[in-house]
Amino acid sequence: MASNQTEPKGHAIIERSTTLLFVLTLFVILIGGLVEIVPLFKVQETVRPVPGMRRYTPLEQIGRNVYTREGCYTCHSQQIRPFRDEVERYGHYSVAAESMYDHPFLWGSKRTGPDLARVGAKYSNAWHVAHMIDPRSVVPVSIMPAYAFLMNKPVDPEQFGAHMEALRKVGVPYTQEMVDRAADDIRAQASGEDADAMLERYPKAKLGDFDGQPDRLTEMDALIAYLQVLGTLAELPPIDTKVEARP
Amino acid sequence: MAVPEHDPLTGYKTTGHEWDGITELTTPIPSWWVTVFLASCFVAVLYMWLFPSFATTGGYYRGSLGWSSRGDLVDDVAAGRAAQATWRSALVATPIEAIEANEDLRRFATTGGRAAFGQNCAPCHGVGAGGQIGQFPALVDDDWLWGGTIADIYQTIRFGIRSGHEEARDSAMPAFGELISAQEIDAVARFVLALSDPTTLASRQQMPGAPIYATNCAACHGAAGEGGRDFGAPRLNDAIWLYGGTLEDVRKQIVVPRMGMMPAFTTRLDDETIRMLSVYVHTLGGGER
Repeated sequence: MASNQTEPKGHAIIERSTTLLFVLTLFVILIGGLVEIVPLFKVQETVRPVPGMRRYTPLEQIGRNVYTREGCYTCHSQQIRPFRDEVERYGHYSVAAESMYDHPFLWGSKRTGPDLARVGAKYSNAWHVAHMIDPRSVVPVSIMPAYAFLMNKPVDPEQFGAHMEALRKVGVPYTQEMVDRAADDIRAQASGEDADAMLERYPKAKLGDFDGQPDRLTEMDALIAYLQVLGTLAELPPIDTKVEARP
Repeated sequence: MAVPEHDPLTGYKTTGHEWDGITELTTPIPSWWVTVFLASCFVAVLYMWLFPSFATTGGYYRGSLGWSSRGDLVDDVAAGRAAQATWRSALVATPIEAIEANEDLRRFATTGGRAAFGQNCAPCHGVGAGGQIGQFPALVDDDWLWGGTIADIYQTIRFGIRSGHEEARDSAMPAFGELISAQEIDAVARFVLALSDPTTLASRQQMPGAPIYATNCAACHGAAGEGGRDFGAPRLNDAIWLYGGTLEDVRKQIVVPRMGMMPAFTTRLDDETIRMLSVYVHTLGGGER
């Protein structure tokens, strides 16, 4: 063809060189990425702090692991959206700071059961135990599976410090003291005895035997300890506070 | 260089490339398509300008309308509250004992109370407030642990029972398994059951459990088992048994007692809603004057 004998011009230069085409394509794609990502590096805090938030106690964190393992998040969400119907039913909508110590997030995306973001302190421990053993015994229309076996799954308090160290590596700021005292804190929370030091580390933690078996430390204790703390920590302004005045 | 040629049949030009006598038309994109495309681009830019759309180094661009879903919510909630404002302020302004006397206010309170009951109370006390045998007390009968006047109910809902709230109703029955012998527990359990059995009316004071009851139980549960609401001590001389009415159930309850816990709802619900709930529960059938 005639064009073979003439020097390529303009866009034809790029089209005829794979290397040049690759480099320039990459450059164009990078622009899009930079525009989206760079501002986030410069934002001081993407999560606005809320008073009252604290790290999970070791017992709550064990319960959280049970929650993750059993896949509770596949049927229960943990995020209340800012709509009046949701706010009237579940309470204040969820804010980012409430998930700041969550690894991984358990927000969920489906509500076969109700949202659990603020289920803490809504029911008694006895209700949770009855409901886990046989959900139909307290909620006749429930289709939730029974989790009675958690009553017989022992929790070993000694091993959990290592897990907290792992969590620290992914960004949960557990102190060395928290890691070292994990076993004591677990026993203190589940028994309610000698809990002063533990409460200093983890304010507002719920104490006592959770599963109705005072002589045993089980995954039921841990799971209920976790459920009872959900949504009870953050101190949020009333829902009708003007958005600009919020933390 | 290839030279584009005019194609007389279509009126468009060719690309200028030719493959063995075959040439290709450069038919332009239809103008309606181009119009829609450009309009879409315009709408996209307009949308970015009006609404929160992209991150900036100082946070995010808030859009010229200043819209936010949280702002919408504030307006929605305010509108909902405004629609109920008359009734809500009347609920708070009226002494709680007087709410039911006002026909319209009572209707507002029971309607709102029913909705709040379904969400907050029904899981334990049942959808129809019938309670759950062996677990949670019924609210439709006149057997009250802590009192059945509307003021009592209002206080119970607000602060709960053994909830940890500083104003919660609180009491603890000792675990008598460590205080008296198994034989004595058996005897007193039989006496407790006899309290609600009219055939033992003449003979029950001669039962071996009678003096044990008088020493250990009567202070809270009353000499004749009439109960003590100051301590939430249940009546023992009726046939209503929260944790079971067999000899074995009663014995177990004496050895290591189960005690109910109800959360404090003042941290969860506003005062208007708690008043609505109080009226609703009070009008279920067992409410006391």
